[in-house]
Amino acid sequence: MSGDANEALLALEDGWSAVGRPVGAPGTTTGEFVFNTCLSGYQEVLTDPSYSGQIVVMTYPLIGNYGIVHEDDESDAPQVEGFVMRRCVREPSSWRADEALPDWLRRHGVVAIEGVDTRALTRRLRTRGALRGVITTEAMEPHEAVQRARKVPPMTGRDLTGAVTCEAPRVEGEGRWSVAAWDFGMKRNIVRRLVAGGCRVERYPAETPPEAILEREPDGLFVSNGPGDPAATERAIASLRRVGELAPGLPTFGICLGHQLLALAHGGETYKLKFGHHGGNHPVQDLRTGHIDITSHNHGFAVREGRDRRPGGRGESRRIVAGAPELEITHVNLYDGTVEGFRHVERPLFAVQYHPEAAPGPHDARHHFADFVAAIRARSEGGAGRS
Amino acid sequence: MPRRDDIQTILLIGSGPIVIGQACEFDYSGTQACRALTEEGYRVVLINSNPATIMTDPETADEIYLEPLTVEACRAVIEQERPDALLPTLGGQTALNLARELALGGALEEYGVELIGADLEAIERAEDRERFHGLMMDHGMAVPRGGFARDWEEARRIQAITGFPVIVRPAYTLGGTGGGVAKTSEEFEALARGGMAASPIGEILVEESVIGWKEFELEVMRDRADNCVVVCSIENLDPMGVHTGDSITVAPQQTLSDREYQEMRDDAFTVIRAVGVETGGSNIQFAVEPATGRQLVIEKNPRVSRSSALAPKATGFPIAKIAARLAVGYTLDEIPNDITGETPASFEPTIDYVVAKFPRFDFEKFPGADEALTTSMKSVGETMAIGRTFGEAIQKGLRGLEAGAAGLLDEAARELPEDELADGLEEPSPGRVHLVAEAIRREWPVERVRVATGIDPWFLHRIGEVVRRADGVAERAPEDLSPLEWSELKGEGYSDFQLGRMWGRPEQAVRELRRASGVTPAFKVVDTCAGEFEAQTPYFYSSYDPENEAGPLGGSKIVILGGGPNRIGQGIEFDYCCVQAAIALRESGRRVVMVNCNPETVSTDYDVSDRLYFEPLTLEDVSAILAREDPDGVLVQYGGQTPLELVDALHAAGVPIVGTSPDAIDACEDRDRFQRLMEELGIPQPRPGTARSPEEAREEAERIGYPVLLRPSYVLGGRGMVVVRSPEALERYLAESMRVTGEKPLLIDEFLEGAVEYDVDAIADGERVVIGGIMQHVEAAGIHSGDSTCVLPPIDIDPEVEETIRNHTRRIGRALEVRGLMNIQYAVRDGRVHVLEVNPRASRTVPFVSKAVGVPLAKLGARAMVGESLDELGLEADLVPMTVAVKAPVLPFDRFPGVDPVLGPEMHSTGEVIGLDADPEVALRKALLGAGIDLRAAIRGGVLFDFAGRDADALADVAAGMAERGIALAATPEAAEALTERGVAVERVSPDGERGAVRRVREGEFGLVVSVPREDGAGSPVRRAALVARVPCLTEPRNTARAAAAAEAGGVALPVRSLHSWTAAVRS
Repeated sequence: MSGDANEALLALEDGWSAVGRPVGAPGTTTGEFVFNTCLSGYQEVLTDPSYSGQIVVMTYPLIGNYGIVHEDDESDAPQVEGFVMRRCVREPSSWRADEALPDWLRRHGVVAIEGVDTRALTRRLRTRGALRGVITTEAMEPHEAVQRARKVPPMTGRDLTGAVTCEAPRVEGEGRWSVAAWDFGMKRNIVRRLVAGGCRVERYPAETPPEAILEREPDGLFVSNGPGDPAATERAIASLRRVGELAPGLPTFGICLGHQLLALAHGGETYKLKFGHHGGNHPVQDLRTGHIDITSHNHGFAVREGRDRRPGGRGESRRIVAGAPELEITHVNLYDGTVEGFRHVERPLFAVQYHPEAAPGPHDARHHFADFVAAIRARSEGGAGRS
Repeated sequence: MPRRDDIQTILLIGSGPIVIGQACEFDYSGTQACRALTEEGYRVVLINSNPATIMTDPETADEIYLEPLTVEACRAVIEQERPDALLPTLGGQTALNLARELALGGALEEYGVELIGADLEAIERAEDRERFHGLMMDHGMAVPRGGFARDWEEARRIQAITGFPVIVRPAYTLGGTGGGVAKTSEEFEALARGGMAASPIGEILVEESVIGWKEFELEVMRDRADNCVVVCSIENLDPMGVHTGDSITVAPQQTLSDREYQEMRDDAFTVIRAVGVETGGSNIQFAVEPATGRQLVIEKNPRVSRSSALAPKATGFPIAKIAARLAVGYTLDEIPNDITGETPASFEPTIDYVVAKFPRFDFEKFPGADEALTTSMKSVGETMAIGRTFGEAIQKGLRGLEAGAAGLLDEAARELPEDELADGLEEPSPGRVHLVAEAIRREWPVERVRVATGIDPWFLHRIGEVVRRADGVAERAPEDLSPLEWSELKGEGYSDFQLGRMWGRPEQAVRELRRASGVTPAFKVVDTCAGEFEAQTPYFYSSYDPENEAGPLGGSKIVILGGGPNRIGQGIEFDYCCVQAAIALRESGRRVVMVNCNPETVSTDYDVSDRLYFEPLTLEDVSAILAREDPDGVLVQYGGQTPLELVDALHAAGVPIVGTSPDAIDACEDRDRFQRLMEELGIPQPRPGTARSPEEAREEAERIGYPVLLRPSYVLGGRGMVVVRSPEALERYLAESMRVTGEKPLLIDEFLEGAVEYDVDAIADGERVVIGGIMQHVEAAGIHSGDSTCVLPPIDIDPEVEETIRNHTRRIGRALEVRGLMNIQYAVRDGRVHVLEVNPRASRTVPFVSKAVGVPLAKLGARAMVGESLDELGLEADLVPMTVAVKAPVLPFDRFPGVDPVLGPEMHSTGEVIGLDADPEVALRKALLGAGIDLRAAIRGGVLFDFAGRDADALADVAAGMAERGIALAATPEAAEALTERGVAVERVSPDGERGAVRRVREGEFGLVVSVPREDGAGSPVRRAALVARVPCLTEPRNTARAAAAAEAGGVALPVRSLHSWTAAVRS
């Protein structure tokens, strides 16, 4: 079937396949298929390191409308394994556009396909869960492609942070507070938001020993987003546990994978969601105030919620992270009730599962960066004796 | 937050009659709000003067007042019902203005009524342009640069900031008088000085021009806990300078990067919070400079708007229903999303399709009107289309418009010379999108088209993709197309009809070839979430993407075909009937599938039917749905002319049509068959004739005898209909109008000058006929029934004539074996009853009659159509009105300043109002008040007569009556002479000059103008002046006489009474 210069093939491990047209680079790519429901922001999606190992299906049928704007990249290069669109727009229209999406995909070697019934594919992923699959522009029969799909390693059990972390420590921005950022594939807009909040961001590769970071006496610690199975990211979990022992009073903030790793470091559990959260319209409620933020999401795993069974607790049961009673749940997703954020009951430590830095998506949750800076300030101004 | 328990009764104000700019979208939102509040257990009181609305059906609210939407009437309702709260945000600008006036006038405070949704402060902040600008700047929002100037120096200083072009708007002048755009210093000085002189306070707003900028709208919801969500973003294809209502728009926005879009979203929330709309929906408009991305806030409606009706249809998020719940205290997270059933309403819909909205114009009804599209809205309706590609959406939308074009490529444009095409691109007009497609087909560079039109290249490239897809197709034989080629053509929205035209093949032949290739549409779901969650609500659209999600609906089911976009002559009344049919058939245990493409309507609310297909009402689109659903019956008689056009083809294809047989429908539409039928029944008709050449026209007119009614047979909707009273007038008509040929014959009928017309609505079950109501037209024959003022029951009908009408109606109904509704028009002269036309379908007057008799005729008609007998429906005898009901038309002439605002055989009204009272004169006064004419005040303000000798006798009595009451009278020379001759003293006013009639009308010296058209059809400057100055103008003698007699009826304060109280009085 495939092999025609004008055809590309998509196949999933469950045997489903579709023929479309190639848009990006020639070749064959494999990964876990997930769908993203953002209407705009395809470029931020493509360059988000958390998508490492995944092939993204955009549910909105016209992708590439405003082209590629280099300053909107969330990392140095595309991070997805492949990209699926209903229709790819070749003539962008935007005063900001630097180039057209197909050119950029080709330039960066991203295998992409258009002309697929992305809604049918999305419905399939919704009902069966995230599936492994293949996109190829090479001569390959569908059954062959399905076989290839079945050989793709499952996401569960994979630590992918090593491939997307920074190679060496580096400093970004200037500011009153120094924040050590553990980079497991950190999005650029997180750095921008921290810098905008008055932080000097010191980025550290994933494998940096905690002692090396604490030696620099940072004012705060940020644990970044990133790809893969959090439970498999063992070294990071151990490092975070060590930080907790060495510097329990260090203001700490985690996003996405960082949220999961902090939960695991405190004895919590994570699990794989059926098809994950990937979009820009999820309502998240702050349990303390009732306020709802519309938030940007990109995660396939979640932190498990538990019951506080401690005797002597007050009448109402607290919502806590399973296995980590000192982590109190602060945010939940109103779509499916999953854990979206927690805070440590005693220490200045909190984390959210979604992306307050947005990019793409709404800015509603930006206030978390201010909260982090406030925690840093509070400690630096008031509680010098605590650590 | 929980539901508020401190309020029990909530008053809602509707938006009144359908006018340009305020159509049935407010029936949709009002109905949703009423239902939501009723479900919450509140007592809902509603006031609305428009009888053709679902919201004014007795089930929708606890008390319904069909009263004129005036401050006085609202106040009276408040006094009577003592509501705790007034929800002002769901009845358009009308309701908002009334709420504001009620608040400012102290009525709300006096009766302790709380404004919910938006308070007075918020309304004022959004509505007052200067305050809004100030507020925006205080909150760091960018608005168009400019300022207010009271002298030339200041104006010049502001202009130095704005640059050129610059817009000058004088403060407090009507309709933008004295304003304009200046491109040079000279132009600016003239405009600025002139503007300051024109403004009563000597002030002008000098503002940077954003014409040609990209235009966006965001639909935003906010709750009491300050949670905000964007329901939908909309981008206009036509740039700033064309009213949004007249623009082609798409959803979601296409050309903003996420970064820019999120900034716009942030700004929208800043605006809604700054204005302080506490809860509910708001619409915020932005302009973006294409070359720099600079974003400006243009305006904000602190209420549900036209786009707020579009957004729910585009996304599945029911704004009005949710806004109503938010207004009574709920927060977004407490309200479920009824499409998914599981997730809350506190989210932002995301969609996986493209939506396009097209305005529908009716310029052919207004000869002389300027067809250029500007910032003043001119369209009368709209259609929306959903597709998985831009091509699917745009081409479906264009065929759904029923405006002559089958899609983007228009045959007429193909013939256009280059220079005309270039000129056509420069000026926004209803057909410009076809010219864009044609220019691209001719391979004009996109940049050239962009410069000419200001349309963003993104749209031009998408249009280009659609156009290029058809390249070379005409040269191929359809038999040679591969399935892939078929699906690629269909996937760009090409219809079988369009393709057939390229190949010179009939549509049906193309369809068969396509189906043989295995290429048929799939139906996909509108689910608010792009497939992330399973949808509970079956709301479908077609696409040529492979996967179909619509298995046929189980059970006994009827498909109802709706009416498509509103247009003059086919509006909300038909949607009302379709909705009633859906309700009635579901009540009787059947399942209902609705097909329609008008986003403004109640029928396209997915709650109304068991299944909604949002699709154009063409043969192809409807056939695809019927093939999928295989229904027990299709109801075609309720959606106006649109579905009736499909009857023959559907019938031929073996589709079961419910109700009156297609043959009977044909017997009424076919001129010869109808004539034979009437002859058989021995029912007189005006003498008919047909001419195939000018000579024949002369002969036929002589044979029939003048006056005659002429209408070209090849145009629909009464276009070009005129009454001709002499051979000279016939010659003028023949010379001016299109050629009369064998293919395009001219229909000539005897015109019954001076006759009284009656409209009858009846219901039948194939055997028995029950008359719902007989309406008498106030005007003499010759005025389209849709534009006539009519009274139910007839005011002065001879009992014998009435009996004849009833008998004729029964005999015609039986002869045609009508099952369902039927409307017959009669003209009576000298005691002789003539039948003018028989329509075996729902008529425009069904809702009006239903309200007046207190019986839901459309519901019962639908059940009769599916086989229930009138006995079973409990209809024993002809129905009797509860009281006197008067229907008055609402005319859109003020939108078309070049047009002579007179009534005639061609329909012009966009909407209607009802007046109810036991006293016919009070009912008339109420109806006219509802239509915007306060007779008492108007006549007391002095009357100017302007007519020719022909009408002197009829009007002399009227004038004499006024003179007796001490009303100041004036008349143009001919009228003055005629009145003086008949002993009525009037001031003679020359038409022109310093103290001339035109000048004095413009300056508001008269409260009422009576200006009757002359026999030769010449326009009148007096009428035009009245139109511009918004002075009430009556143009028909009998109507004027009735109006004059009714002017003081009922006293100063007109009584108000609820529909339920009328019903109760009749039933007890």
